[in-house]
Amino acid sequence: MDNDIKINIKDLNLFIGNKHILKNINISIPNKKLTVILGPSGCGKTTLLKTLNRLTDLYPEVKVKGNIFIDNEDILHTNKNITEIRKNMGLLSQQPYPLPMNIFRNVTYGLRISGRRNRKILKNRVEHYLKQVNLWDEVKDRLKDSASQLSIGQQQRLCLARGLAVDPEIILADEPTSALDPISSQTIENEFLTFNGNYTIIVVTHSLRQAKRIADYVIFMYLGEVIEQNSADEFFNNPKEEKTKEYLKGIFN
Amino acid sequence: MRHLKIKQFEESFFRVIMFLSTLLIVLTLFLIIFTILYKGLPSLSWEMISQVPKGGFYFGKEGGILNAIIGSLYLSFGATIIAMIISLPVALFINIHLVKRKKLVNAIRFILDLLWGVPSIVYGAFGFAVMIYFGLRTSLLAGMITLTFLIIPIMIRSMDEVLKTIPIGLMEASLSLGSTRSETAYKIFFKQSLPGIITAILLSFGRAIGDAASVLFTTGYTDNIPTSISQPAATLPLSIFFQLTSPIPEVQNRAYASAIVLTFIILLISISSRFLFNKFNKHNIKS
Ligand SMILES: Nc1ncnc2c1ncn2[C@@H]1O[C@H](COP(=O)(O)OP(=O)(O)OP(=O)(O)O)[C@@H](O)[C@H]1O
Ligand SMILES: [Mg+2]
Repeated sequence: MDNDIKINIKDLNLFIGNKHILKNINISIPNKKLTVILGPSGCGKTTLLKTLNRLTDLYPEVKVKGNIFIDNEDILHTNKNITEIRKNMGLLSQQPYPLPMNIFRNVTYGLRISGRRNRKILKNRVEHYLKQVNLWDEVKDRLKDSASQLSIGQQQRLCLARGLAVDPEIILADEPTSALDPISSQTIENEFLTFNGNYTIIVVTHSLRQAKRIADYVIFMYLGEVIEQNSADEFFNNPKEEKTKEYLKGIFN
Repeated sequence: MRHLKIKQFEESFFRVIMFLSTLLIVLTLFLIIFTILYKGLPSLSWEMISQVPKGGFYFGKEGGILNAIIGSLYLSFGATIIAMIISLPVALFINIHLVKRKKLVNAIRFILDLLWGVPSIVYGAFGFAVMIYFGLRTSLLAGMITLTFLIIPIMIRSMDEVLKTIPIGLMEASLSLGSTRSETAYKIFFKQSLPGIITAILLSFGRAIGDAASVLFTTGYTDNIPTSISQPAATLPLSIFFQLTSPIPEVQNRAYASAIVLTFIILLISISSRFLFNKFNKHNIKS
């Protein structure tokens, strides 16, 4: 398989009850690049993201068929520990869900459950990751405060830091800026741009403008199908499919 | 126009209904408290709560109900602790490990609700049968086991109701950080719902200490304070019952005084439940 492909999705179909939600998805996601998933509301972007780290296992009526290869390992049919697979992917959900503990503990949670308890190292890591997401200056004096007291934008950045702290290779972000004001959105966006090259990042977004600003690679979905996927340049300047052209013109959104 | 009038009428009609129902409940509560205070307060004394019954106590002679106070506390603490050890893992398990087994979980909930609705005298009879089967005698232990059965459905379902409200996004967040389901249960869900769990435990304790029927055949009754769990014990509800059925007015009044003691203990539980709820609720101010 191509060395520059991190995730390879083959003939993925997903059903919820008898609704066909994801239809014959075939995608190759480039390694250490930023891939944007675009598409109108309800087309299955969140579902696709959750399938990637098998959070779909939590939902009663979901059935998944097909293959998802991550580093040549089919994570849908593997004997490997799902926990290990998930640990390799940081998830930033649409709404932030801070853990019910203080800010410090939120960042170190992943490290602590994998057995790293050295106080000095933990402190060091907290500072490192909070700086990385641009939150350190705002919270350095209140690390012992409950994370739920932070503003939504701060919580979103905290969740990002928490995800980075487990040292994943892949970052999944589901409309990470949709609930945020322009400035916080900007902060998060810039962070993705800084990370780019070190992580394989997949960002779901509604916003064409945001996609244009950050994407290396674009996947366009419509009603559960992948309509087009291409490098950002090609996708925006030279779209192949009729649907893509309409979408780019803003005919539907 | 007419439509609007009907709407306004509806609005004020339901307002009145709600107001009257609220009034009725508050009045009933006050009436109950007033009655036990009015009848019981004159008989309430330090002697009453610091001594066990002396000979002839039930005929109006000296002594108190310390045996019943201690017996009830022993029983309820014991049962609550055993029930907690069983209920917490079950409640967490059905909300986290069984998220995908919706039908199974609904069946479990349904059964627990049925058990919650079973009258406590039935638990008493069941406990009695179990006791006989194992050759136990009426004792603290037998009472504790019976009460445990009685409050387990209450405790599991109350914890379950709290755990159910935790958004699945929190579980997803925890799992994507590499926690196992059990870590998610004990490190995240338990913490998130701690205030509600404490409330559930205290609610069950309140139910346990106030129940008479389930301990009627299993705990027995004695004027002494038990020194081991294989001895019988007195309980406040039964003590109230025995005193109230006496023909002697003085003894009847003491029954109301005992009711004050029981009510006070339950009130204390409710207040501490509130207090603890607020104390442990610091992580859930926003969300
Ligand atoms: N748990 C569920 N049960 C039933 N249907 C679901 C469930 N989750 C998602 N769906 C359906 O699957 C489809 C895709 O949903 P999904 O959340 O993936 O869309 P989306 O592209 O992320 O939309 P948005 O941009 O609005 O977030 C929708 O039609 C939705 O109704
Ligand atoms: Mg979505």
